[in-house]
Amino acid sequence: MARILINFAHPALEKSRMQRELLAMVKGMQGITFNDLYERYPDLDIDVNREQELLEKHDVILMQHPFYWYSAPAIVKQWTDLVLEHGWAYGHQGKALEGKYFTNIISTGASESAYHETGIHRFTIRQFLTPFIQTAVLCNMEYISPYVIYGVHRMDISDIKEAAQEYRRVLEGLRDDKFEPSALLQVPNMNQILQLPSPTQ
Amino acid sequence: MDQHSLLFQSMVYLAAAIVFVPLAKKMGLGAVLGYLIAGVIIGPSVAGLIGNGGEDIMHFAEFGVVMMLFLIGIELEPALLWRLRSSILGLGGLQVIVSAAAIAAISYWTGQPLKASLALGMILSLSSTAIVLQTLNEKGWMGTTAGQSAFSVLLFQDIAVIPMLAIFPLLAVSGIAVPGSHSTSLRDGLPGWGQTLVVLAAVCVIIIAGRYVVNPLMRVIARTRVRELFTATALLIVVAIAVLMNLVGLSSALGAFLGGVVLANSEYRHELESDIEPFKGLLLGLFFIAVGASIDFRLIMQQPWLIAGIVIALMIVKALILLGLGKIFRMSTDQNLLFALALSDIGEFAFVLLSFSTQSHILDEHTTAMLTAVVAISMALTPLIMLLYEKVLQPRYTRTAPGNERHADEINEKNPVIIAGFGRFGSMTGRFLRANGIACTILDLDSDRVDALHNLGIKVYYGDASRYDLLAAAGAKDAKMLIVATDNSDQTREIVNIAKRYFPHLQLLVRAQQIEDTFDLMDLGVLHIYRETVDTSLRMGADALTMLGIRAYHSHRAARTFLRQDEKSLKGLSALRDDKKEFLNIMKERVEEMEKLIASDKVKTWLDEGQGWDAASIRDEVRGEKEN
Repeated sequence: MARILINFAHPALEKSRMQRELLAMVKGMQGITFNDLYERYPDLDIDVNREQELLEKHDVILMQHPFYWYSAPAIVKQWTDLVLEHGWAYGHQGKALEGKYFTNIISTGASESAYHETGIHRFTIRQFLTPFIQTAVLCNMEYISPYVIYGVHRMDISDIKEAAQEYRRVLEGLRDDKFEPSALLQVPNMNQILQLPSPTQ
Repeated sequence: MDQHSLLFQSMVYLAAAIVFVPLAKKMGLGAVLGYLIAGVIIGPSVAGLIGNGGEDIMHFAEFGVVMMLFLIGIELEPALLWRLRSSILGLGGLQVIVSAAAIAAISYWTGQPLKASLALGMILSLSSTAIVLQTLNEKGWMGTTAGQSAFSVLLFQDIAVIPMLAIFPLLAVSGIAVPGSHSTSLRDGLPGWGQTLVVLAAVCVIIIAGRYVVNPLMRVIARTRVRELFTATALLIVVAIAVLMNLVGLSSALGAFLGGVVLANSEYRHELESDIEPFKGLLLGLFFIAVGASIDFRLIMQQPWLIAGIVIALMIVKALILLGLGKIFRMSTDQNLLFALALSDIGEFAFVLLSFSTQSHILDEHTTAMLTAVVAISMALTPLIMLLYEKVLQPRYTRTAPGNERHADEINEKNPVIIAGFGRFGSMTGRFLRANGIACTILDLDSDRVDALHNLGIKVYYGDASRYDLLAAAGAKDAKMLIVATDNSDQTREIVNIAKRYFPHLQLLVRAQQIEDTFDLMDLGVLHIYRETVDTSLRMGADALTMLGIRAYHSHRAARTFLRQDEKSLKGLSALRDDKKEFLNIMKERVEEMEKLIASDKVKTWLDEGQGWDAASIRDEVRGEKEN
C-alpha cells in the first residue's frame, strides 16, 4: 500500500464549490494523510520540522490546490521555500525525498481547450507546472502526471459531485496499488489512469 | 428627644459622610480625613448635631474596627505571614518594643508611676491600622517597600495587642475593685493571674469554635440556598465573638482578628469576606466620624500647648525610632521617610486600651481624657502628614537626589533600546528582544521587582524614566528606541513628553491601557501606540471563530481586518475629541456605528478583502458568454 500525503492549500475554501467537494471526499479516507496547510498555518508560519517528517513518512506527495494565476496559492510557495531545504531535499547530502512521487492536484475554472497554444491561456497546464516538475526532479523525486479538473466555472453541482467521485476512485487506486505510480509517467493527466487497462478490470 | 432617634442620627452621619468625603477626596485629602472632618463638624464642638461627643456612637462604631480586624485576620494567608516573617517579627517586634520602652521611659521621667508608664508605653507605641492602611491603599502605596513594611509592622502591632491585654490586669493597682457598672465582666473580682487565665480561655474558645463549629454551620447554611442567610451568619460570627470578648472584658476587635485568622483557611472564606466588607466600610467610616466627634475641644482649649506638645513629641519620638529601624533594614531614604511618617501616629487600639486601663485604674481619668484627645489629633494628622509627604517630600526624592540613594542606579550600559517599565507587559517585550539578541537598558520604578530581577540575573535599573537625567544616564542620547511599558498612564505621558522634548530622535513605542490613554498619546503625536489587550482579545476571538468551524485562515484575516477598522475608527474619534462636551455624544454614536460595522463584517470582510480568491464574478461572466 502506497502511503499518500495530500498537502492541501486553499485560502478561501468557503468560496470554492469544487475544492470543498474534493475535500469532503478525501478527508478521513483511510491510508491517506490529509495536511491542511492554511488551516494549520493561518499566519503562514510553517513548522518546517513537522512538514519534513510528514514527507519522510510518505511515498506519494500530492499538492492539492486551486490553480491561481497559473500557479498555486501563496502558502504553497512558502511551504516549498522553507520545507525543501538544501542538504535535506536537494544538494549532495539532500536525499530525504529520493524515490518518492510528487505531483499537483488542480482544479481550474477554464476548460481544457483554453490551456492550449491557440486558447486564451496560450500554454498547457503541464507547461505552467514547470517549476513544480523541476522542483521534484531537483529533489530526486519522480514527477507523475498531475490530476487536473478543468472547466469548474461551467459545472453545476451534480458535475462537481461526479468529478469528486472520480477523484476518490483515482486516490483509492493509487492507495491500493491498483496501478504503479510509474504508469502515471506515461499519461499526460492522472485522470486518464482510470481509462488505462488495469489489472483489476 | 425625637431628634436623637436612631433614624435621625443615622441621617446625620450618612449625610455628613456623603457631603464631606467627596469634598475631601476632591481636595486630595483622602477619605479618612473626610470622615474625621465630618465628625468634627457634626460633633459637639461645632454643630452639636450628635450628643455626648460621639461617645455613644463610638461604642457602635468600634464595631467597624472589629470588622476590619476580622477581615484583616481572614485575609492573612499563612504563606503571606511566612513570607513577611522577618519584617513582621524583626521590624514589627523592634518597633513595638523600642517605642514602648522609649515612651515608658519618658513618661516615667515626667513623673508618672512605673505601672502607668509601662501601660502608656504600650498604648502609645501602636499605630492606626485603619487610617494607615486606608491611606496607603488610597494612594496606591501598598506595593512599595514602605507600604509592605508598614503593613508588617501594623500586623505585628495588631497581634501584640493580645499579650498587652493579657498583661494589663497584672499592671492594675491591686486591691481596687473594678467599678460596678462593669459587673458583667466575668473577670471581675478575680486576682490578676485568674484574669489572665480567663483571657486565655476566651481565646481558646474562639480558636476551637472557628475550627470546628463555623465550617459545619456554613455548610448547613449553604444548603438552604438563601443568600441573605450567609450575610446573617457572617454577621453573627463577628457579633458573637464581640459578645464573648465583652463578657470577659476584652477588646472585641482582638477576638475578631483572632476569629478571622482561624477562618482564613475556611472554604467559606471568600463568602465571609464579601458579606462583611460593606458593613466594615460603613462602620469604619462611622468610626472615623466618631473619632472626629470625640475630640474634646474644651480640653484642648484649656491646655492647648501641653496637648500640642505631647502630640508633636510623641510623633517625633515614634518617627525617629521608625527612621532608625528603616535604616537598619536598609530602606532607601524616600521609602524610609514614608514608612516612618505613616506609622508615627497613634492607633485606634489606644482608645480601647485607654478605656481598659481606666477601668482597671492603671491610669486616672484626667490622663485618659487628655490622651484620648492626643490620639484623636494624631490620627487626624496622619492623612495630612501623608499628604505632605506626597506633595513635598516625595517629589524631592523622585525628581532630584542625583546619584544619592538607589534611586539613581548607576547605568553603565549603552544600548539601542531603552525599556521603561518591566512589569507583565514590558517584561514580555524585553524578553523577546533579548532572545533576539537586542540589548536593552531596562528601567523600573518598583524596587521589589528590581531586586527580584537582579536575583534572577536580569539587569534592571531602579529609576523614574520620566526624569530627564535618568533617561540621559540610560543612554537616551545614543539609543535608537524608547519602549514605554509603564502601567501608570500619567507616568507614561510624562515619559513621552520628556522624550519628545529632549530626545526627539528616539523612536517611541508606547503601551496604552484605556481608550482615553490612547487618545492622549495620539494627541502627543505618538505614532506607535499599543493598546494592551487588543491583540490578545482578537486572537481569542479568532480562535473562537476557528473552533466554531470557520477556516483558521479566514479567522486570522478577519481579526486583522477588524483591527484595521477599529484603529481607523479610533483615529476618527480622536479627531473629534477636543470638543469635550460633544465627545460623549459622538462616542455613543460611534459605538453604535461600530456595532453596525461589526454586523456587516460578516459580509464585508471577504467581499472586500478576499475578492481575488472569489471566482463568483468570473464564473458569472463565463456563463454569460456561454448563453450569448
